[in-house]
Amino acid sequence: MNKGLSRRSFLRLAGAGVAGTSLGALGFGAAEAAEVAHVRAFRLTATTETRNTCTYCSVACGIILYAKGDLKAGETAELLHVEGDADHPTNRGTLCPKGAALKDFALSPTRAVKPRYRAPGGADWQDITWDAAFDKIARAIKDDRDQNFIARNDQGVTVNRWLSTGFLAASGTTNESAWLTYKTVRALGIVGFDNQARV
Amino acid sequence: MTNAWTDIKNTDLAIVMGGNAAEAHPCGFKWVTEAKANRGAKLIVVDPRFTRTAAVADYYAPIRPGSDIAFLLGVIRWCIANDKVQWEYVRNYTNATFLVREDYGWADGLFTGYDEEARRYDMTSWEYQIGEDGFARVDPAMTDPRCVWNLLKAHVEVYTPDFVETVCGTPKDRFLKICEMIGTCAAPDRVMTSLYALGWAQHSKGAQNIRGMAMLQLILGNVGLRGGGINALRGHSNIQGLTDIGLMSNLIPGYMNLPRDSEPDFATYMASRAFRPLRPGQTSYWQNYRKFFVSFQKAMWGGAATAENDWAFDYLPKLDIPSYDILKMFDMMAKGEVNLYFCQGFNPLMSFPNRAKLTEGLSKLKLLVVMDPLQTETAHFWENHGAFNDVDPAAIQTEVLELPTTCFAEDEGALVNSGRWLQWHWPAATPPGAARGDVWIMSSIFRRVRALYEAEGGAFPDPILKLSWDYADASEPTPEELAKEMNGRALTDLADPADATQILLAAGRQLQTFGQLRDDGSTMCGCWIFSGSWTEDGNMMARRDNSDPGDAGMFLNWSFAWPMNRRILYNRASADLAGKPWDPARKLIEWDGAKWTGYDVPDIGVTAKPGEVMPFIMTNEGVGKLFSRKGMVDGPFPTHMEPFESPVENLLNPALRGNPAARVFPEDLAQMATGDEFPYVGTSYRLTEHFHTWTKHNLVNAALQPEFFVEISEQLAAEKGIRGGQQVRVWSKRGEVWAKAVVTKRIKPMICAGKTVHVVGIPLHWGFTGVARKGWGPNSLTPFVGDANIQTPEFKAFLVNIEPVEGGPLA
Repeated sequence: MNKGLSRRSFLRLAGAGVAGTSLGALGFGAAEAAEVAHVRAFRLTATTETRNTCTYCSVACGIILYAKGDLKAGETAELLHVEGDADHPTNRGTLCPKGAALKDFALSPTRAVKPRYRAPGGADWQDITWDAAFDKIARAIKDDRDQNFIARNDQGVTVNRWLSTGFLAASGTTNESAWLTYKTVRALGIVGFDNQARV
Repeated sequence: MTNAWTDIKNTDLAIVMGGNAAEAHPCGFKWVTEAKANRGAKLIVVDPRFTRTAAVADYYAPIRPGSDIAFLLGVIRWCIANDKVQWEYVRNYTNATFLVREDYGWADGLFTGYDEEARRYDMTSWEYQIGEDGFARVDPAMTDPRCVWNLLKAHVEVYTPDFVETVCGTPKDRFLKICEMIGTCAAPDRVMTSLYALGWAQHSKGAQNIRGMAMLQLILGNVGLRGGGINALRGHSNIQGLTDIGLMSNLIPGYMNLPRDSEPDFATYMASRAFRPLRPGQTSYWQNYRKFFVSFQKAMWGGAATAENDWAFDYLPKLDIPSYDILKMFDMMAKGEVNLYFCQGFNPLMSFPNRAKLTEGLSKLKLLVVMDPLQTETAHFWENHGAFNDVDPAAIQTEVLELPTTCFAEDEGALVNSGRWLQWHWPAATPPGAARGDVWIMSSIFRRVRALYEAEGGAFPDPILKLSWDYADASEPTPEELAKEMNGRALTDLADPADATQILLAAGRQLQTFGQLRDDGSTMCGCWIFSGSWTEDGNMMARRDNSDPGDAGMFLNWSFAWPMNRRILYNRASADLAGKPWDPARKLIEWDGAKWTGYDVPDIGVTAKPGEVMPFIMTNEGVGKLFSRKGMVDGPFPTHMEPFESPVENLLNPALRGNPAARVFPEDLAQMATGDEFPYVGTSYRLTEHFHTWTKHNLVNAALQPEFFVEISEQLAAEKGIRGGQQVRVWSKRGEVWAKAVVTKRIKPMICAGKTVHVVGIPLHWGFTGVARKGWGPNSLTPFVGDANIQTPEFKAFLVNIEPVEGGPLA
């Protein structure tokens, strides 16, 4: 690292407002102040900070997500950086080798990014719209449930269960997603219902 | 966890057995390091491998996979024999003094009531002697031979240090050293914590492993104290929350249960859930079950759940068997009995046992729907990837939909950590491509199905048509709306039962606590244990005050912990019978003459007098259970059982195979091997650089640990002629994998029952999608059987063979 860069690092830490006042007091003159004016700002100062929780294990380390763009303001936001939240009582800013690489999970080249359909016996994926996918799913649910729903058992007891369809839920999702999933799955009468708690 | 991650700093002794916290939970394990540095705490590790947790331990001992019960009952025997017992705690806070029926017994590895054909126990005799007053009989002097303490003493007598060495392969001197270290924590002012994970759970008797430690912790008086407890280090960021909300075959949110066929109506259902106290004056908090249940039904079906229709009791499905868990569903799938299957953020093809059977099952579905942020192996199960996924796509008729979902960076809501903290998080990034959140996806599917039932009618449409859907935007309920439903609210003005003119909570107001729930339909609550998480004061889960009064490690104003923001469960037991802390330097709560005060929310009525109301308020007895009555299907005490695939016989009864009460399907039993055919013990584990099959999609982690390997000892390598780095084939009776061999000093052969036992370590992070090199997981090899109580698959102890390979699929 050359001297110029290291100077820039120092200015970044000091912040532009401080640079105009206390740096002057330290003996940096107008020339230095002029340099500050055109130095590119510390990248993260132009980002939106958001508090979040690591998606992996149940230590649930606090993390800070830095994004270009502000989602709350309705902007498109691109994740730029992830770091540990120093205010968090459990991890106090630390992250493990998985948490430190969280950005690469969100930006993985093998993320699923569009609804896709694979036909019986097919060798490839085909694109499908959300609407068409939902129509197909809803029709399949309705038909299978109507055909296989068990209203009463052999003894005539009302049991209202549906065994020929199963649902696995995600232990990486939020409580709120889980509750909505619970409501819909149980309302359908599904009992083949589970999450990763068994593994 | 009974306690919190931050509380581990308060311990005197941490025992990591059945887990590997330094690698699997690194930032939580830091609190063990804090305890070592600041309190002089010690760390014991007992594990088949010399893990990185073991590398920083004060004392390590090896153990054969699947023999933990023998070890733990051996420690209990040693503690009893050497008077390392917290007597005041055991006498008053456990059921040691309770008398058990005369017809209960144990012999030859089996408890009374076993039916070999049904692989099931009749549990009638596993019960207290009940007096004419309806309460359990007790003997405070503990001289009666039928009291739990004396039965326990007799039960553990066989687990001598020699027996432990023979069964576990743990050298006797190491075992005894660990007993001595643990025994010091029987002193009232010394506390041990137990940190465990799937190393205990993934066995056909996993729940009994954990009970073994829970019993030991009760005997030492370490449950409810700062630095103590039974701490399950849970594996996923919200596995605790998903379990709390009951996303399992047999659960209703807040650890209630679906009705069984034998409970045809609400009255019958409630009759077995009266939770009458078994000792005078005890709380038995589950007596409020009816309030929780009715309020849940109101959350589900609102106005359609009425007193007249038993609160829509028939809208819930009933179970004819204990559970349609994943193993059961995949067994049905393989038999062609399942048509549709949904995987929401779950990759069963790489996480459930006997992958060949899983592929067979998925291939018989009509439609598989996968919702996931990643391209999972399950969604791609029909693709041919050579030896890594050797299938013929043309022969697989299953339709598949792969639906892209958001991940943590793009969604909002709460996750429950291992210490039961509900922590809110906020979205920062725009989802990639067309990815959408699970709430929108599930709402879209549900509303379409509802519309079809409205238009066409069909099988019992009522629970669908009347499902409560009171959201501002019906197409995508907000996290706030859903969180508030789980917290619950008053549906009508709630009058004070003591003074009807006083309104405690006005209609429409959020509940402050589940103490306000009613069973008359005037309250709704999706998940009673979460009550208090979103009150009229706002979102308690989003609180971020990290102050910690008394440096106690409790952080009461950070997030919200269930239940009632309590950070240590059973914390009443941290004080003696008179209400004084066992260790004044580690006060948690104490009785000030009129009420309980301290650093945590008391786990007892705030004005419940010490000496009258006992600490374990959720049990009928008011005390912790050394003898679990009918709580577990495989015994009121743990007993040594071998894995289904074991290199040695069960020394207690050679005729027994695995857990005699575990469910095993006949086809799977036929696929289980003996030590003659498959001589080596396989065991699965995680690496610190990876998380399940997620991080192989991630460039950094794929670079850190790029390829699948198996780990073997230098001795086994020499015996089989395997060089470090060489390709090997590992196979079981169910499948085979190829991997690079890592020859290591971290695994050493053990001697069990006179035999040399070699262990083959198999990490679980590779597959055929993602950016890392293709590989396999241990589930290509593992047996299709689960724990008798909760159906967690037996991944930690199974049989394999191994050979060096030239020119295999990795070459």
